[in-house]
Amino acid sequence: MRHRGAALLIVALFALAGAGWPARTAAAPPRLLVGILHVGSMTDGGYNQAHAEGARFMQRNVPGVELIEVENVPEGADAERVMESMIQRGARFIIPASFGYLDPGLNVARRHPEVKFMHPGGFKRAENFGTYWASTQDAFYLMGIAAGRTTKTNRAGFVVALPISFFLANVNAFHLGARSVNPRFETRVVFTGTFLDPGKEATAANALLDQGVDVMGVIVDSPITVVQVAERRGAYSVGYHYVGLQRFAPKGWISGIAFNWGPLYVRFAKAVMDGTWKNEALFGSLASDYLVVAPFGKAVSSATVRQVNAAKQAFISGQLRAFQGPIRDNRGQLRVPEGQILTDADFGRMDWFVEGIVGQPR
Amino acid sequence: MSTPFVESVLAGAILSGTPVLFATLGEVVEERSGIVNLGMEGIMLIGAVVGFASTVHSGQAAVGLLAGAAAGAAMNMLFAYMVITQRANQLATGLAMMFGGVGLSALIGADYIGSRIGGLNPVPVPFLSALPWLGPLFRADVLVYLAVPTAVGVWWLLFRTRWGLDVRAVGENPTAAFAAGVSPMRVQYQALFLAGFLGGLAGAHLSVGIAKTWAEWMTAGRGFIAVALVIFSRWHPLRAIVGALIFGGAIALQLQLQARGAPVSPFLLDMLPYLLSLVVLLVWGGIRRHAAPASLGRVFQGSE
Repeated sequence: MRHRGAALLIVALFALAGAGWPARTAAAPPRLLVGILHVGSMTDGGYNQAHAEGARFMQRNVPGVELIEVENVPEGADAERVMESMIQRGARFIIPASFGYLDPGLNVARRHPEVKFMHPGGFKRAENFGTYWASTQDAFYLMGIAAGRTTKTNRAGFVVALPISFFLANVNAFHLGARSVNPRFETRVVFTGTFLDPGKEATAANALLDQGVDVMGVIVDSPITVVQVAERRGAYSVGYHYVGLQRFAPKGWISGIAFNWGPLYVRFAKAVMDGTWKNEALFGSLASDYLVVAPFGKAVSSATVRQVNAAKQAFISGQLRAFQGPIRDNRGQLRVPEGQILTDADFGRMDWFVEGIVGQPR
Repeated sequence: MSTPFVESVLAGAILSGTPVLFATLGEVVEERSGIVNLGMEGIMLIGAVVGFASTVHSGQAAVGLLAGAAAGAAMNMLFAYMVITQRANQLATGLAMMFGGVGLSALIGADYIGSRIGGLNPVPVPFLSALPWLGPLFRADVLVYLAVPTAVGVWWLLFRTRWGLDVRAVGENPTAAFAAGVSPMRVQYQALFLAGFLGGLAGAHLSVGIAKTWAEWMTAGRGFIAVALVIFSRWHPLRAIVGALIFGGAIALQLQLQARGAPVSPFLLDMLPYLLSLVVLLVWGGIRRHAAPASLGRVFQGSE
């Protein structure tokens, strides 16, 4: 994720947040003040909304937890200032909820060893700075199964921000899942070159629909535009990040992969409060309660739902692997030989598309 | 099953090009009166957010579009007060208006992210919409149909009416216009009102017609493209049609090429709209004729 948003807005939000603060002094002081930073809007129907609703869940379910939330915080020095101000106001646990807050967060953590941090997706840690994320590829494979069995044209389209390795791995996993039930399945990918340009995302979705795709997937900041275009043109859609996306596609909704951060944040808050918090590097999977398959839409048959659930159990028990060789890329080169399996460590280096995907990964 | 290439590109081009054309026409009028507005991006954003919010509340796309256009005009009146009455520097004020528009629109729009609207939908013309190749021209929304007539209207206004003559006279030489009995300030305020109206309408088309969502800074640089297209079209409303179509066409073309699996890097394809603009500027640059209003960007100090 990258930043946007103007300094002006941050100042305004600060002013608003500050203005609302004195109300607390009347009540008993909270036992834990949690600060959370969002890179975009908390109602984007995507990445940020998932974190925001997780924080809300934590606040409701852990007595004594209070929240300081700031939206639209640019990555970099601004993020450091926001975190410093949260700490000054008494925050003892901070969730800098964007990949780009990793280094700013580590800088602040170094200056405040008494404050604990948990960062989503980070690859560096410190004594008081842990990380959490989940492997999404198995879940995308499940979406592929659902799409491969629901499609009528045997074609899916993906609107993706940029050719980043983990995004390529997600699309590849989706396609492999679809091919496992539908050998004629084809996936087309269009990169918009930006995380946020709804006008361009609508044009990209239309370009894919013009090619006869009837399942639409999307990996940009806010999936709302693409999902709505698909719905209006009578196509199916598959969601990512936020569990409530279905309301934008009541007819064509298949399912989605969503982060249910609430229960995890509850555990974080309790651990910080009772002193058992550790600087873990959590990396969840389909077996974790924070990576969930969103409710299925009415477009999906019950046989398909059963098949997806069976595959989910097979992933959890280790019988099923998303990237099991032999796998060729879309230029015919053998990428995973017979008998080999790709794992999370390989996804960070992925720069190719599986055979049957129409698109340029570089 | 799939739509023919030409039709897809044309449909994408006119849809992407329409908001850019409205904004460019606004900037043409503004610059013809001698004032550069780098804040067009901010005006579009205010138009986009007010247009979207008004559509949410009223349920009517037409109300949203008019409200967005009115908000753009109001925003440009603030700019007009700064640069005409207060004689502030146009470039600095324009940039401040741009950032101000980004922040203000984000503040207004915070409650509307994720709201659902019916929005402005296509109205196909019977028979014509079924034409091969040209069909997409007749399966569009009302603002797309109005785009070229608006360009012609702005041309007529600038080059065939007394008011247009005044605007151009003020843009060329406000002192001479003043001596001829024209009030440069009044004419500039009027031109800027029209420019803000068109810029706001452009933003509202983006949020209410194309994306049917509001997202912070959703114009993504289209306001600056409009400023560039004014130079490209050499301050002429009819040439602005060509510029907007080329820009919209390049975006549509690169996304279509990707969807069709063209063996070109997406990074290269993403440069296409700008490469194409450079090529056209290079070709057109050869024709060196008087084009820019002579007093563009200068502050009229009044003549006593």
